[in-house]
Amino acid sequence: MSTNFAEANSISRATIEIHEPRQKTIESKTGGGDAIEGKSIRANIPSGDLADKWQNFKDHAGLVSPANRKKLRVIVVGTGLAGASLAATLGEMGYQVLSFCFQDSPRRAHSVAAQGGVNACKNYKNDGDSIYRMFYDTIKGGDFRAREANVYRLAECSQLLIDQAVAQGVPFAREYSGYLNNRSFGGVQVSRTFYARGQTGQQLLLGAYQALMRQVNAGTVKLYAQHEMLDLVTIDGKAAGIIARNLLTGEIERHAAHVVVLATGGYGKIYYLSTLAMGCNASAIWRAHKKGAFMASTSWIQFHPTSLPQLGEHQSKLTLMSESLRNDGRIWVPKKQNDSRAPNDIPENERDYYLERRYPSFGNLAPRDISSRAAKERIDAGYGVGPQKNAVYLDFSHAIKAQGKKKIAEKYGNLFDMYRKITGIDAYEQPMMISPSAHFTMGGLWIDYDLMTTIPGLFAAGEANFADHGANRLGANSLLQACVDGYFIAPYTIANYLSNKIKTELPSTSHQAFVEAEANVKSQLDLFVKIRGDKTAEMFHKELGRLLYNYCGLSRNREGLKTAIKKIRDLKDEFYARLMIPEEATTLNVELEKAGRVADYFEIGELMCYDALTREESCGAHFREEYQTPEGEAVRDDDEFRFISAWEWNNGQAPILHKESLEFESVKLAERSYK
Amino acid sequence: MKLKLNIWRQESATAKGAFKTYTLENLEKDMSFLEMLDVLNEQLVTKGERPVVFDHDCREGICGTCGVMINGRAHGPIGGITTCQLHLRSFNDGDEITVEPFRASTFPIIKDLKINRSAFDRIISAGGYISASTGSAPEANSILITHDVAESAFDSAACIGCGACVATCKNGSAALFTSAKISHLAKLPQGRAEARIRVVKMVEQMDKEGFGHCTNTEACEAECPMGVSVLNIAQMNWEYNKALLLGA
Repeated sequence: MSTNFAEANSISRATIEIHEPRQKTIESKTGGGDAIEGKSIRANIPSGDLADKWQNFKDHAGLVSPANRKKLRVIVVGTGLAGASLAATLGEMGYQVLSFCFQDSPRRAHSVAAQGGVNACKNYKNDGDSIYRMFYDTIKGGDFRAREANVYRLAECSQLLIDQAVAQGVPFAREYSGYLNNRSFGGVQVSRTFYARGQTGQQLLLGAYQALMRQVNAGTVKLYAQHEMLDLVTIDGKAAGIIARNLLTGEIERHAAHVVVLATGGYGKIYYLSTLAMGCNASAIWRAHKKGAFMASTSWIQFHPTSLPQLGEHQSKLTLMSESLRNDGRIWVPKKQNDSRAPNDIPENERDYYLERRYPSFGNLAPRDISSRAAKERIDAGYGVGPQKNAVYLDFSHAIKAQGKKKIAEKYGNLFDMYRKITGIDAYEQPMMISPSAHFTMGGLWIDYDLMTTIPGLFAAGEANFADHGANRLGANSLLQACVDGYFIAPYTIANYLSNKIKTELPSTSHQAFVEAEANVKSQLDLFVKIRGDKTAEMFHKELGRLLYNYCGLSRNREGLKTAIKKIRDLKDEFYARLMIPEEATTLNVELEKAGRVADYFEIGELMCYDALTREESCGAHFREEYQTPEGEAVRDDDEFRFISAWEWNNGQAPILHKESLEFESVKLAERSYK
Repeated sequence: MKLKLNIWRQESATAKGAFKTYTLENLEKDMSFLEMLDVLNEQLVTKGERPVVFDHDCREGICGTCGVMINGRAHGPIGGITTCQLHLRSFNDGDEITVEPFRASTFPIIKDLKINRSAFDRIISAGGYISASTGSAPEANSILITHDVAESAFDSAACIGCGACVATCKNGSAALFTSAKISHLAKLPQGRAEARIRVVKMVEQMDKEGFGHCTNTEACEAECPMGVSVLNIAQMNWEYNKALLLGA
């Protein structure tokens, strides 16, 4: 029944439509880069009014009957919010699911670290919230560089997510009456953020993890913890499985499936110093990219404005303080350059509350890209504070005076505790010091409306894909997107894809494609081990991170990006000459794991620079110094750059750029002002 | 600053392990304990020697991956933190520090300081959830939960699954870990329906894994980085006895 239904309704979306083929080298008006221009691509967005598209899709999507689901196998890589929620949901539906994570338990995936909250337009506060308003805030927050239909669907499904999480036992903050509580986040003027103290990500992930473990117990999901995906296997151009390395034994394994989903998170760790976990990496999506999946908007990376500043040379990580602190904290620097007085000795009239000054209507709740850039501007101009002069103050004294210490402790107590543990400073007594840090990748694998990549049968969910946040993500939308992709969207679109494949045999792992992929993985690992040089993978990672921070970080310019591409290539050559891995590939080998990830980071870093170089405008997190107003605000160019850059791997040569034009039917493109 | 480290080195699960001594100089007091191990490993690897393997990931005290015994204490000398949140300013110049893996027969050593805590996953898998299918659920505000109950459930749910409680307990008991999940879900109205089945299945699995019994020393609470209370264990016992008396 399912096959006929799907065919009859012909919404099988296995291929992307390709239009106006043309091949030329992009010689942009300024002679920007040497990327090659490919074909334009389309996202298979359903017809109908914006508000009806998702319902139309669901009403007509192909289904797989319960009896047939158990014959179909899905591999889900990653067990963060997107991966765990999807694997649990597919397991409940009755598919055979293989769930992979590199961590020792699925519960440890990095969604666990998200603090502040998750957005949903429930309008519990009666402050005028609605699906449309949330959609508009997200589109505007992303600087009009996201797909309308995807963003509308995100807002639409947000209401369901809160219901789902409460049913699972997520202990969201409550009013004394027992009703759910909300707070505000940056970039919006309503209270739509649900939270569980400062550990919303952890509690949502535990909900998804518990649902996943319930399916492990039921036998529908098989768990492969401490396994890392090292290649995607394709047969006849379709996803057929993965090659994974058992990190405990070094064994290389072949796993076949009808569908492969990458829910492997973002690659902000490419800068080395970031808010991400040490193990976060891009190898799964990058290796899929090298097998034909396009990468989109690769250089759009968000720097979080409220991270702790770097203190020393050996620092491995920049801890994030939740953006929710900006609800009550006021950000300032001294009005005098190189002011070395203690913060409490600087009188009120000698403080520059620069966000309130520059963006009076949003003030300290200006969106992340704008807040981070404003901090960098002050720091670079010599107004930074702290021992390294690389921070700004986040001050709670006014809020404590107005609301009392108890109220502030209740809202942010664990964050203040965390701050004291790391810095030894009591933030109830003196302001916190904060600084921007690499955080979230809006870029990722290009996907169509169904979350399917350019490889049929390969889907990407959560931060691993690019779609919903445009050029800048709003706070508390990342947990939302991960959950919505996993619980509510991919289960439908994957069923639709599988609905005409119920007679398709599971690919054989002895197929030549698996044999070759495994051989390639093994030879790469052997290559790393045999170099026997004198530098660790992490040393290279740190150098690459510094390069990217300087040339492709909070701001970029043409000459810097060109320099960076050359320097990254040189560093990569050095890596292949001087890498040292003391142990063999056939054992637990942490240095080998790191080497593989860093090797991929060189290539992604290069693509980031191409992406930033060819986009000759400023939008969201992508700030090209050449394109700004005299006041330092971003200047978008909607005539030339109202498209998504989707990049095709070109065997190490200059990458090929495909354009997905963004059509805005429901919103009017406007200057993104928070003044 | 300068520190002398006695670190447990063990090639594999079956190999015989031993302490090895390393001296590190020019350390900064603002470095984290794990960044000190990074420095040691960089020195070892550049000389072609095998690095010290240790569990870690988020480095901000929330993923629960890290955890070693430092001078005999889980997560080191400071209360209420994980190993990754420990900084060298908590030590004195010239100190000698002993670093061992969490010790429990239910957490077998994999290599050096890295251990296998998959028993925790199996305890959750046995029943540590509310069986709410995904995809549809009643309107969130149709279940009223007072502020105090929600906060109390959160306190129990704050467990990060690091295993410091087991490593600290003289009996190697997982009572604090298991009871935290049982209490979290039993305190919430939406978790009550399965409370009896849940507690029986989770306690059975805990026993099957070989964790020891709780003898109320409360050492677990003292070392828990998240401050999870032993009152959760009391609630677990209460729920368990109730289930046995009234039927699961």
